[in-house]
Amino acid sequence: MPPLDSLLPSFDIKADFWSLRFVDETSEAFCVRRNVAQPLARATDRGAMASVYVDGGYGYAATADTSPSGLRAALERAAAWARASATLAITDSRTLPRPAPRGSYASPSLATTLPDTRGWFDLLHGLSKDAGCDPRIVDWEASVDVVHSTQRLVTSTGGDIVQRFRMVIPSVGVTAHADGITQQRSLNGQRGICQQGGTEILERFGYAGSGRRVAEEALELLASPNCPSGTMDVLLMPDQMILQIHESIGHPLELDRILGDERNFAGTSFVTPEMFGTYRYGSELLNITFDPTRPEELASYGFDDDGTRAERTYLIRKGILERPLGSAISQVRAGLPGVANSRADNWNRPPIDRMANLNLEPGNSDMNELVASIDDGVLMETNSSWSIDDSRNKFQFGCERGRVISNGKLGHVVKNPNYRGISANFWRSLALVGNDDTLRVLGSPYCGKGEPSQVIRVGHASPACVFKGVDVFGGEG
Amino acid sequence: MGDRSGSDGAMEAWFGNLAGILDAALAPGERHASSFSAEATDFVRMNRGKVRQPGHVEQRYLRVRLIRGARHASHTLSLSGNLVDDRQAIGDAVKGLRESLAHVEDDPYLLLPDVVASSRAVREGALPAPETMVESLLDAAAGNDLVGILATGPVYRGFCSSEGQRNWHASTAFNLQWSLYHRADKAVKSSWAGFEWSDAELRARMAGAIDNLALIARPVKTLAPGTYRAFLTPTAMQEVAGLLCWGGFSGRALATEQSPLARMKGDARLDQRVGFSEDIEGGVAPAFQGEGFARPPRVPLIDAGRLVGAMVSPRTAREFKLDENGANGAESPEALAMQPGALAQKDALDALDTGLAIGNLWYLNYSDRPAGRMTGMTRFATFWVEHGKVVAPVEVMRFDDTVYRMLGSNLEALTAERELILDSDTYGGRNLASVSLPGALLSAMQFTL
Repeated sequence: MPPLDSLLPSFDIKADFWSLRFVDETSEAFCVRRNVAQPLARATDRGAMASVYVDGGYGYAATADTSPSGLRAALERAAAWARASATLAITDSRTLPRPAPRGSYASPSLATTLPDTRGWFDLLHGLSKDAGCDPRIVDWEASVDVVHSTQRLVTSTGGDIVQRFRMVIPSVGVTAHADGITQQRSLNGQRGICQQGGTEILERFGYAGSGRRVAEEALELLASPNCPSGTMDVLLMPDQMILQIHESIGHPLELDRILGDERNFAGTSFVTPEMFGTYRYGSELLNITFDPTRPEELASYGFDDDGTRAERTYLIRKGILERPLGSAISQVRAGLPGVANSRADNWNRPPIDRMANLNLEPGNSDMNELVASIDDGVLMETNSSWSIDDSRNKFQFGCERGRVISNGKLGHVVKNPNYRGISANFWRSLALVGNDDTLRVLGSPYCGKGEPSQVIRVGHASPACVFKGVDVFGGEG
Repeated sequence: MGDRSGSDGAMEAWFGNLAGILDAALAPGERHASSFSAEATDFVRMNRGKVRQPGHVEQRYLRVRLIRGARHASHTLSLSGNLVDDRQAIGDAVKGLRESLAHVEDDPYLLLPDVVASSRAVREGALPAPETMVESLLDAAAGNDLVGILATGPVYRGFCSSEGQRNWHASTAFNLQWSLYHRADKAVKSSWAGFEWSDAELRARMAGAIDNLALIARPVKTLAPGTYRAFLTPTAMQEVAGLLCWGGFSGRALATEQSPLARMKGDARLDQRVGFSEDIEGGVAPAFQGEGFARPPRVPLIDAGRLVGAMVSPRTAREFKLDENGANGAESPEALAMQPGALAQKDALDALDTGLAIGNLWYLNYSDRPAGRMTGMTRFATFWVEHGKVVAPVEVMRFDDTVYRMLGSNLEALTAERELILDSDTYGGRNLASVSLPGALLSAMQFTL
């Protein structure tokens, strides 16, 4: 980060308001595939985003030149866009907040050390050896991504925030093949384990011993029948619930979608502004929070990228829709309350309304009670396929592994479990919510949205949940 | 507003300086193979016929790959454009990689180009200032609910190695994507991309979109799940082809049974009129990939319904004893071309007779990857057609069907005309991929929700 205190007085920009958001991120990717270490890949990404309000207009400019002259040029370029677009702007920037936040944030256990390069590869070689334990395992890999990110937001109103993050993303995946059948299995999905912190994340998920377990489950799937078809109950485990929450609650509640910004790309929403406060989104058991305060969760932070202080907030309480995922600017545009969710994926993209940590609050049922509640159904775990319409209503999701449940008891494993439904109805069929023992804190580093497009990190914590009367089906055969 | 000096040679000369810095940073016994990606783009996001977010992004990324014997590692770093600072950053990156090589293993799958194949391709665009383009667009759409994005400015790709190879690709283009909304999710999407801007062409395209908006405004028809005849426009086919590009043609995915086309290694076939190739010659992607390998003008992938080739990266070539063919690391085509058929585009609705005319598909994913089964949604201009005439827009429908039926047993015809569609993806940076596709008439397509 440049020594801003000495630079700021030199920015004599003719503007109503300006901000500079710096991102300094380093990452390393370690991977062993089929018992061969993949080439070490390292990245350093540094730059700044200048945002300026002038005469009712708004503009931005992104630069990797963070010298005084580079920053000044970016501010001037952003100001030029603000002036050029002032008469065409959808929102008069004179009505927007001009924050002056001050504070800091740091990931948990930021000061603890991580393994060195050799240490990571040794760990991954062990996992790979375990995962490649059978000739029917035709492909397998173990990987860890480590990301350090420092972000600083400075505003012309005196705001100055520094936030430091460390994220660790371990993964194991295998492909099994025999007799014309192929099945894939992973540890909680493709990088579903992604948290802030250090090596405690690996311990939390039993990472070191997971290679053989994942491989054995893939081999079991090879020999398993297809998932049955029909209308039945489903018990969704947390590594599928996170996807269900993400796609059919998170995206439809994004206020910029509701305002129409995303209609040319990511889509609109079946949720409309008048629904907030009265609409029954789900059963009485559905409680959804925007929670940036859970330390280990991937998208925890102290402030969003516009400088709004982040707080835990209910979006849906006892099934009733309370507020959208709308940032300070969207709140002004829509006249609705919101949360601190203005986020950009890097220095070279402007912030937009995003999910951060979006969680389903635990209920009272233990795992035995969840299973016992189902006479005819399927337990499904680990998302493998996801598709939903542009209003975020008609969805179809697939999982890696299922288990038949009959008369309240877990039965045999089934492959290719899929289900489909409609968001507006689906959450009303939520019948039981697992307790804290069934909850897992997971997420995804890969949520795509926006024009220009951005891939952002999101966290989701969820217990296991039971839904009644769902359209379930299996694979092609 | 934007830096439109895309092809003035300044960036190319600057890249030449980087190559010199890299060469000078090497120690005895070391090699480097480094790729470069940069752009200076004005992005203007619009909604409700107004400007939502206008801005400028200037970015330069260098991926340094340091090689010593059979050991190698890479460091991708953002560069400031200031050579003094960047010289230091590159030096630090090389030093860090040198230290890391002591802790990594020999790579049995390392493959480097065995010939030095330098190349240069520069395509200049004649583009007005971005604010002028936006004013023209909003003026042409006046009175309509327009939402969309303009991306304009130069994009650069480069490669250099310690063996003296230099590859350069620069193009200055625009990509305009917009939708006109009638209400809720009912809209007409349009796109226009290229190297030359014409207000007259923009107005003609907008007039066509406004005409189609009148069709979208008709009362909506809701269809029950079931099997329907369907005509997929090239834009809808782009989504099907895009999904197949996700691991479908990958040499590694085929070798490890993860490709949705893996059954084509055995008896499975598509219709004999189906042909796919990687057609670099006909696209806009660079003629070199990130590790410095030249891309052949054309790589046949499917011919007469049979799997005849794959996208093979250098690493996969070594691992599975195949011949590399210029594929990128993900082994996804960047200029996929599908062979056209015999059905004239103007006769497509008559040939459909009664069924669905699908203008756009959306959010495709595999519902049973080994079986080549995919699901996705209809979107935007999708109409119910009776006796060759558009009757009504339809409520969005979910399809769930296999590629072996859609492009196999149920394929009735392909159009004689193909559309070259430039990729509008901007994740991390502007993409230089394209597809060239015909429309497809299907005797049956399965809809489930």
